[in-house]
Amino acid sequence: MENPRHTHRIALTVNGAPVEAEVEDRLHLGDFLRRELSLTGTHLGCEHGVCGACTVMVDGQAVRSCLMLAVQARGRAVTTVEGLAADDGTLSPLQEAFREHHALQCGFCTPGMLTSLTAFLRDNPAPTDREVREAISGNICRCTGYQPIVAAALAAAGAKAAEEEN
Amino acid sequence: MKPAPFAYHDPSTVDELMGLLAERENARLLAGGQSLMPMLNMRYAMPDHLIDLNGIGDLAGVAETGEAVEIGAMTRQRDLPGSRPAAGRFPILAEALAHVGHFQTRNRGTVGGSLCHLDPSAELPCVAAATDAVLVVRGQDGEREVAMADWPTAYMTPNLAADEALVRIRLPRSAALDGQAFAEFARRHGDFAIVGVAAMLSLDGDTIRRASLAVAGVGPQPVRLAEIEAALAGEQANEATFKAASGEARGIEAMSDAYVSGKYRRRLTGVLVERALAKAAERAREAA
Repeated sequence: MENPRHTHRIALTVNGAPVEAEVEDRLHLGDFLRRELSLTGTHLGCEHGVCGACTVMVDGQAVRSCLMLAVQARGRAVTTVEGLAADDGTLSPLQEAFREHHALQCGFCTPGMLTSLTAFLRDNPAPTDREVREAISGNICRCTGYQPIVAAALAAAGAKAAEEEN
Repeated sequence: MKPAPFAYHDPSTVDELMGLLAERENARLLAGGQSLMPMLNMRYAMPDHLIDLNGIGDLAGVAETGEAVEIGAMTRQRDLPGSRPAAGRFPILAEALAHVGHFQTRNRGTVGGSLCHLDPSAELPCVAAATDAVLVVRGQDGEREVAMADWPTAYMTPNLAADEALVRIRLPRSAALDGQAFAEFARRHGDFAIVGVAAMLSLDGDTIRRASLAVAGVGPQPVRLAEIEAALAGEQANEATFKAASGEARGIEAMSDAYVSGKYRRRLTGVLVERALAKAAERAREAA
């Protein structure tokens, strides 16, 4: 019988660093990041794709890490919330705007909000209020602090637009 | 780790996939995973073998032939709105997809996955019904074609044997009417629709030449409103006509569940049919 333990060896990059690991076939990407790599910034809420807390970027695209197997991330570049700030700890403009606008209360949804909005603002650098709301419609904040999150996203977009004009 | 143990396979060609399907018992196909992964995490699905389709490049992409638009089963939902052949001929695809989950799930979710999962409220099967889609299935002895009307065989069950796979979806160009619209109602953006309606119209001046209407969410599979379509042909494309169609559509048989009564679904069907027809007529006039 081939591979009776049902594992695969995978190599990928996580936040720019190469990673190699032997993973069980049934391990999802979110559990892999948290348990095997101790990257506990990625939060697991519902684990059926509804809450958005576990969102990470795979090859730049925001996806639910609970709905992808670790083995499917073979050869991919994964970015988690830990990978958003610069190496020296300087926050990204979006993270800075979250702090400025108090866009987090308990912080549980924050990693998913940040990864989702990072990908969204890259593809849509000058969004409307409505577009931002639609972009985070798949991210649930149980503190219901949506207004400051939207304000932070719009501020980050505005700051970026201003930077590009100069 | 929620899923029960399974063996993961990642074929890179359709032939390899067919070999795996012929040999392995209790196998499931993994497309975008936006429905199957939750079912695995919750152990509603416990396959012994999980066959990942994501490495089969031939299954993704859109092509246009003389008669049809062919959409590969593994084409990502996010890629359809920007596809000239698909969204150009069938802009209703882009409008319907805006209601499918969220941008993060559309980044993984596929067209074929949605058509095989067959959630009763799903938008893509509804559009497939309205556009006379043909589903191309690859089996051990070659391909066969299934009309969308014959695709669902029961609640969330496609017309697919255990050793077959959906490989592409063909939308006949003749089904692309001039004005197309998709309207739905859900409690929150991206939630499963309570009712969704796909409407298409072609006009001669102000007279309706042809109409297509399909409804999602009222029963286990999308419903074509063939009698209403026939009654619309030859009528003036105006408010009175759409109100009459709306009244007829309210007579549809609709299921009740723990949250929504059949009565409410019937009422909603009427409202959405009127809205979608009006929008489709407006777009048909703009296109003229």
